[in-house]
Amino acid sequence: MISFFIKLWENVKIALRALMQSKMRTMLTTLGIVIGVLTVVSVASIIEGLNRGFASQIANLGSNALYVDRYPWATMEDFSKFRNRPRLTLKEANFIRERMQLAEAVSPSTSTRQDIRYRNRTLNGISVNGVSDHYDVVTGLVIEEGRFFSFAEIERNKNNVVLGWEIKDKLFDNRNPIGEKIKIGATTYTVIGVTEKRGSFLGESLDAEVYVPLGTVFKNFGWHRSISIAVKVSDPARVEEAKDELRFLMRLARKLTPTEEDNFSINQQEVLTDMYNRLTRGLYTAAIGIGTLSLLVGGIGIMNIMLVSVTERRKEIGIRMALGAKRKVITFQFLVESVIICGVGGIIAIVMSFIVSLIISKITPFPSAVPAWSVFMGLGFSAVVGLFFGIYPASKAARLNPIECLRYE
Amino acid sequence: MDSLIELKDIVKIYKVGSEEVHALRGVNLSIQPNEYVSIMGPSGSGKSTLMNIIGCLDTPTSGRYELENVPVHEMDDDQLAEIRNRKIGFVFQTFNLLPRVNALHNVELPLIYSGIPAAKRKILAEAAIEKVGLSDRKNHKPNELSGGQRQRVAIARALVNNPSIILADEPTGNLDSATGEEIMQIFKDLHEAGNTVVIITHEKDIAERAKRIVHIRDGNIAEDIRN
Repeated sequence: MISFFIKLWENVKIALRALMQSKMRTMLTTLGIVIGVLTVVSVASIIEGLNRGFASQIANLGSNALYVDRYPWATMEDFSKFRNRPRLTLKEANFIRERMQLAEAVSPSTSTRQDIRYRNRTLNGISVNGVSDHYDVVTGLVIEEGRFFSFAEIERNKNNVVLGWEIKDKLFDNRNPIGEKIKIGATTYTVIGVTEKRGSFLGESLDAEVYVPLGTVFKNFGWHRSISIAVKVSDPARVEEAKDELRFLMRLARKLTPTEEDNFSINQQEVLTDMYNRLTRGLYTAAIGIGTLSLLVGGIGIMNIMLVSVTERRKEIGIRMALGAKRKVITFQFLVESVIICGVGGIIAIVMSFIVSLIISKITPFPSAVPAWSVFMGLGFSAVVGLFFGIYPASKAARLNPIECLRYE
Repeated sequence: MDSLIELKDIVKIYKVGSEEVHALRGVNLSIQPNEYVSIMGPSGSGKSTLMNIIGCLDTPTSGRYELENVPVHEMDDDQLAEIRNRKIGFVFQTFNLLPRVNALHNVELPLIYSGIPAAKRKILAEAAIEKVGLSDRKNHKPNELSGGQRQRVAIARALVNNPSIILADEPTGNLDSATGEEIMQIFKDLHEAGNTVVIITHEKDIAERAKRIVHIRDGNIAEDIRN
């Protein structure tokens, strides 16, 4: 084992000397590998970033939350089928709240888009969510400043508002917004709280929203709107059971006969996860394919250069053989050379991938992160490329006839 | 008395296209330890082929070759490499030094392939360079050395592993006559110090330095003269 490492070190020294002799060539060959590995690692970073962003976004929905909506979140069916479904009503929400055994909290909500004004600043088309008192529990909303709505505030349809982090930032800069008055549409509201920053997903800010009591939305923006009913299941192990109960209660509330289909949808985050996976699988495969392709091109570059190098150094090979280098020693020598090119290329690529990842997350809506596994994968890939594309030139060198090599000038 | 080199009915046939070239046609030759032999012949006589076979760079088509009683003719590539490494010290007409490493490293090469650790390698290589009188030039690269100095490095490299034979192929062919003289003096000294020296040449005055001259003609030994 020790003698192997000594041999390896001898060969590394020989390889480095040979590589230093043709610096430009070595640099260009390494560049090919750098680009290849960089592509693979960057693609992996983008994928990882997307997945993480999606996971955190999905986590906001709550893992044991069920949502009764007019439409399914994701469907392969013709959407027109759902258009005639009746709107969900507060009455139905209350019906579920009163009867559902497996629910920890039931929170109806609705949403509208309105302009928001504070003094001379206006934000257009901001999503205004009408919520009930358990909304923060069900959806995992965290309050950073001030507080969420009390039961009494919800009951009395008070003109109070909780701001998303970004809205607060845009309207108030660094000032304390609590107790300030803002206008949503034509009505004046008092700010009672600000939510914690949640970041953005696919370029969509999760903090550019405001929350008001549900009844306030109906009162100020009209009654003719559908609601969504969020149900937090008390026992995460019994989500499926809860889904059945919820469906039963909804059918009961709507007095559906056994032959009638559901005219509502029960959604959960799983549905979104499934859709996300379906949509991105093809994308990932293509991206990884492109990365692999560029690594392949880099590898062919290595093979090409190593073949040239073997031909050029026939004399050296002949001398080494005459002095007692066995064939496998020659193979090893050239293999070490190509692995060094790839290894150095891989390391450079990984350092660069951190920079690229930073740039990607700065200038594109895609979040990007270099996962540890992609670092190892990048290094592994480059070593494999070095071995794979180095083995042919190296064994070609080893198969040369020493007599002919010595004659070569 | 055991021969150092024992060649029996050595035949070497090359295939050039569809034609067969009979380079050696049944050579019998034995060389004793501490002999100083020159193998002489015109170009195309088969002397280079004979050198390649004696030097274990090539194997005969048929016949037996024993080096220190070890049958070499049936060895595979790796075994031959080991024999070349331990038993044979080559000196070539064109020196065949690695151009981009210094003299000392060139001399170390055979030791690398026999797996001698770096520290010991350096000591042995320096001793060999000392023997050929080049200690002050050991850190120079071949292109910083004169022809004669390069050939001395090559001789040091041939000596470093303490081989059974020193096999020199036209060692003065690329040198002027004065420098050639110096190199031939080194071979004479090596012979006197107990080494076995075999020189392949087509020059009569070089061949005549040896104690024994073997003439090759048309793949056969034509004459074997002992002085």
